[in-house]
Amino acid sequence: MLLTITLESAPGSGIDATALSHLLRKHPGKVQSFDLAVGQAHVFYPEYSKQRATAALLLEVDPVGLVRSKRFRGDAGALDYYVNDRPYAASSLMSVALGKVLRSAMTGTSESYPELAAAPLPLRFELPVLSTRGHAGRDLAKRLFAPLGWNVEQTPIALDEQHPHWGDSQYSALALSGEVRLDLALRQLYVLLPVLDDSKHYWVNDDEAEKLARQGEGWLEDHPDRELIARRYLAHQKDLVALAEARMDPPAVPEATADPGISEQAGGEAAVPLRVQRAMDVIAALKEHGAHRVVDLGCGPGALLRRLQADPFFTRIVGADVSARSLEQAAAALRLEERTDEQQERISLLHSSAVYRDDRLAGYDALVLMEVIEHVDASRLPALQDAVFAGAAPRMVVMTTPNVEYNSKYPDLEHGSLRHDDHRFEWTRAEFQTWAGAAATDYGYAVEFRGIGPVDGSAGTPTQMAIFRKDAA
Amino acid sequence: MNEFSIPESGLVVLIGVSGSGKSTFAAKHFGRFETLSSDYFRGLVGNDETDQSVTAAAFDALHYVAGKRLEAGLLTVVDATSVQPAARQSLIELARSHDVLATAIVLDVPVEVCLERNETRGEHRVPKSAIDRQHQQLRRSLKMLRREGFARVHVLSSLAEIEDAVITRHKLLNDFRDQHGPFDVIGDVHGCLDELVLLLEKLGYELVRDRQGRAVDAVHPQRRAVFVGDLVDRGPDSPGVLRLVMGMAAAGHALAVPGNHEDKLVRALRGAKVTLGHGLDKTLEQLEAEGPEFTREVQDFARSLVSHLVLDEGKLVVAHAGLIEKYHGRASKRVRAFALYGQVSGEKDEYGLPVRYPWARDYRGAAAVLYGHTPVTEVAWINNTACLDTGCAFGGQLSALRYPERDVVAVDALAQYAEPLRPLESPHGPQREPGVLSMADVTGPLHLKAGERGTVKLSAAQAAGALETMSRFATDPRWLRYLPPTMSPAESSARPGYLEHPDEAFAYFRKHGITEVVCEEKHMGSRAVLLLARNPGRFDAPEGWLGALHTRTGRDFLAPEVERALLQRAHEAVEAAGLWEELGSDWVILDGELLPWSLKAESLIKDNYASVGAAAVAATSAAVDLLEKAAGTGLELTALLERTRERSGNALAFRESYRRYVGNKDEIRFAAFQVLASEGKTHESRDHGWHLGIAQKLAVQAPDLFKDTAWMRVSLDSGESTDQAVRWWEELTMTGGEGMVVKPWQNLTRGPKGWVQPGIKVRGREYLRIIYGADYLQEENLRRLKQRATDRKRSRAMQEYLLGLEALRLTAVGEPLWKVHQMVFGVLALESEPLDPRL
Repeated sequence: MLLTITLESAPGSGIDATALSHLLRKHPGKVQSFDLAVGQAHVFYPEYSKQRATAALLLEVDPVGLVRSKRFRGDAGALDYYVNDRPYAASSLMSVALGKVLRSAMTGTSESYPELAAAPLPLRFELPVLSTRGHAGRDLAKRLFAPLGWNVEQTPIALDEQHPHWGDSQYSALALSGEVRLDLALRQLYVLLPVLDDSKHYWVNDDEAEKLARQGEGWLEDHPDRELIARRYLAHQKDLVALAEARMDPPAVPEATADPGISEQAGGEAAVPLRVQRAMDVIAALKEHGAHRVVDLGCGPGALLRRLQADPFFTRIVGADVSARSLEQAAAALRLEERTDEQQERISLLHSSAVYRDDRLAGYDALVLMEVIEHVDASRLPALQDAVFAGAAPRMVVMTTPNVEYNSKYPDLEHGSLRHDDHRFEWTRAEFQTWAGAAATDYGYAVEFRGIGPVDGSAGTPTQMAIFRKDAA
Repeated sequence: MNEFSIPESGLVVLIGVSGSGKSTFAAKHFGRFETLSSDYFRGLVGNDETDQSVTAAAFDALHYVAGKRLEAGLLTVVDATSVQPAARQSLIELARSHDVLATAIVLDVPVEVCLERNETRGEHRVPKSAIDRQHQQLRRSLKMLRREGFARVHVLSSLAEIEDAVITRHKLLNDFRDQHGPFDVIGDVHGCLDELVLLLEKLGYELVRDRQGRAVDAVHPQRRAVFVGDLVDRGPDSPGVLRLVMGMAAAGHALAVPGNHEDKLVRALRGAKVTLGHGLDKTLEQLEAEGPEFTREVQDFARSLVSHLVLDEGKLVVAHAGLIEKYHGRASKRVRAFALYGQVSGEKDEYGLPVRYPWARDYRGAAAVLYGHTPVTEVAWINNTACLDTGCAFGGQLSALRYPERDVVAVDALAQYAEPLRPLESPHGPQREPGVLSMADVTGPLHLKAGERGTVKLSAAQAAGALETMSRFATDPRWLRYLPPTMSPAESSARPGYLEHPDEAFAYFRKHGITEVVCEEKHMGSRAVLLLARNPGRFDAPEGWLGALHTRTGRDFLAPEVERALLQRAHEAVEAAGLWEELGSDWVILDGELLPWSLKAESLIKDNYASVGAAAVAATSAAVDLLEKAAGTGLELTALLERTRERSGNALAFRESYRRYVGNKDEIRFAAFQVLASEGKTHESRDHGWHLGIAQKLAVQAPDLFKDTAWMRVSLDSGESTDQAVRWWEELTMTGGEGMVVKPWQNLTRGPKGWVQPGIKVRGREYLRIIYGADYLQEENLRRLKQRATDRKRSRAMQEYLLGLEALRLTAVGEPLWKVHQMVFGVLALESEPLDPRL
């Protein structure tokens, strides 16, 4: 991992480029090495003249130590494997090296050249391998550095020149040039390298918020992407972001720059988001048929459960999901830990699966499968039918699923693609009605179909709902 | 001396007024932890032994602790006044709920003595009125004690009696733990004397007959018989059976537990009103004919029988209708009811017989439980229990189980003596819908019995860990019949410059008594299981279905249409190779490797390997350039430059290592190396020569789909042979080949230390860069990387292997899907637990 810092004296500027070694307080005549927890850092000058001086910070990472040591576990699983980019790509490791090796230069004081330390200098920084992750992509380097007065040159690195069709990697070579105070420049790199990489090799705790405020002094306060910087720097921990914001005298915080993704908005005209409308319509159907005791199978993080919980009409609520993680999120969303015993008896969560029969799901008034069936392989739908209609066998079953005919109304959605990566299929109204009708006949239910969301003349509604009832059969 | 005896486990309630000397008495006769004193618990919950306001909490805590002790089978003495019926009642309830006997010991001391002692207690003094009241309560209680539910009441009614008391402890009647057998446990005889005689003779007993020629005893030089009850009714000669069994019991040659038929017989003989069904009327007639003396002997014998027997250090339990674990060695009405009648829900089935709770299905106990009561078609072990009633009176068999050998010895009934009310059940319980899978099948803790080879235990967390993968990402369970076990690498090599080397794999197999191995080329692909079937119905699949191809975690590899074309081609090859005939089957499951690896792993290669490679090459070459430039200015940095050049070289080598795995997606090859199962058979005991021979035939028939596997048979006794194998491995891996897998030539092998790993992988030096990183061979890195433990990986590999084999066996013999699925699910559940992913 490598960083070079170049000071170039423009003709007539009167600047002696060799001042760089004084400003950095690193001797030009030898290679200086520093031991770090993650390996060794070396500083040397490949070029050193009055016109132009370049300091190189080379970080030799101990790749095995990084993986084997328990202290480096903050990095979202990347360090579970020996094959990782941490020894190569500029990241929080480089920030740590900067903080250790060039700490005094980052304070902006210099005994020998106080006027240079305090003034913007013609600097050039080069990082041969910079990692940029996430939706913000490669533009992010420009977004982050340009507002700080840098001219940003970014050259993407090919994934593998032997396989050109694979395109570029997530890495690029970055060169920043501009007239910036040296200490500011170093502190900007210190903060922004892990922001670009969007990860840290250690656990992020309260100290980090303090550190961000300190290192951000004099440039971060007015940065247009301050919120994004804080979020990524603080490993997306909301409470820490708030803490850092409080430390930095806050101007008007710009809108959250959420990473974009497809959102199922109903053509922009609906005041109520589709997911809310869906839950409301499901609840209306349950109430219409007097279903007080309800199982939400495939409850996910609890979107419907929270609405059921808030409504005293529902006297017994069971959320079941195949994902243990979703159940944890649901428990948090429902604040189950804070509930009294009586409240906890009213609502419970079960780890279960829609393709296995589960006796625990039997004996309720209704079972809801809201946006679930499309996440099950078509070949396993018979098992789902069996588990729901023969196993749990409530008197009422409510199912919702996307209506694929409506997909043409989503301009962001490529033709023929589905609304979610995990959807195994999306059905037309006819397909859903055929399948549901056959299931109803096989298991002795009557079925009724309704649309959810705004109606389009030919495409119907974005979501379709089937209401199965035993007593109506 | 005033000696009396109490059961060595169970509850003892001391009863006496404050100051009657209970605590002193308890300290003298019981152990330090055996006595729970209410005063002490008042102190625990309220900081004051005399604080009456915390009485309720103190008793709560005392009952809780007493309950835990009783649960553990420990003698527990409660030291409280217990002069009020309600206080005693709650203790009796406690004993009952733990199915132990309650004994009362009353210290009936003159009230004056208590008052006098009370005066000396200082601040712990109790008001006189309280003592008087307690005394009156005790007087009233004494008359009722025996009716309250105590098994025994001992009243010590003077200071002298208390002083002289000596308490001994006796074993429970069901406690035969010191009897170690060997035993022959015999199922329900039901009056079938001829068959019983034949069975005893078959078991090696010598019959003893009286002067009338009637069998009155049977003797075996080493063994004893144990009868599971239901000696009488239905069959032709109940008195004859009773005479023989009673004779054996009296002579110490047999033990017996009562069956429900004996229970009913005793009640009938006592004159109670019972319905004379199921052959009881005939038995009574026959006994009448035998005369009153014999009848009385029968009555005495039947009454002497204890509900169940705990034998052989608690490792064997015999009860007529079986017994759940928590009732083993316990004594209560419900224990007896369960042991004699089983657990009935009160419902009747379609034949009018009581519906029984299938307790054996949920049994997880360590003790083997042998029982009868429910006629079944065959003796089978279900969760360490076996029903020995094979319906002799109904024309079935009379069966015995030899313990500890666990062999079944049976004789056929000579005739059918009675009509069964319902058809004999399978010992495995009523058939459930075979294709329906239930959460109960896959919810932990699970004890999965991998045939006779062992049991694999899965925790709730392990099972839960596989639920999502199995439900959402695995292929249909109907054709997910096997998952391959994980494979352990060889131990870290002792050689410098190598992390893995064949030496260590050979050493492993030598250590396990194996002399011959096969070394198979490790293909650079993904482990895959290929199921081909000509009869979709066999797998409950739709018409036109050809089979399945899935990964080692049960996922589909290919898009349906691509898979279909591949299966079609595979069918043709199998057909042409004559494999259907050779196997005598119209389906087969093959184990192999699917190539290229990029088929499944392209995104892994791109996002991980290529990505790291791009960063590594760019970063290291930039560093080399810069260092060279700096060196040109005269800076001294030789060592740093050398190291960086080496890193740069490693980065390039790393890139070469992954590039070998990028293949043409249109050139899919399946390298089969084992035939796992076919109709009626599994093939883990066939040597690898046979398996590889079939693989080769397929490769010859369809080289466009099946790929041959290079292999070498190696004798571990011959240095020449192993050297040759090492050279072969070096050639295979020098240019980046993945390595080889070493397997016992004979295939599944049990060595002196247990089951032997089915394979040990030895990966190539270059290949390992994509596992351990570009720089792993640097000395300092290699030294640390060699510190890795393969033990856990191996024990998991073995568990997964045994489960997989059982899944195949169950499939081959056509067992229902849920049983197969449990095993397959078990493999996935074991895999869900994190383990060093580099191994």
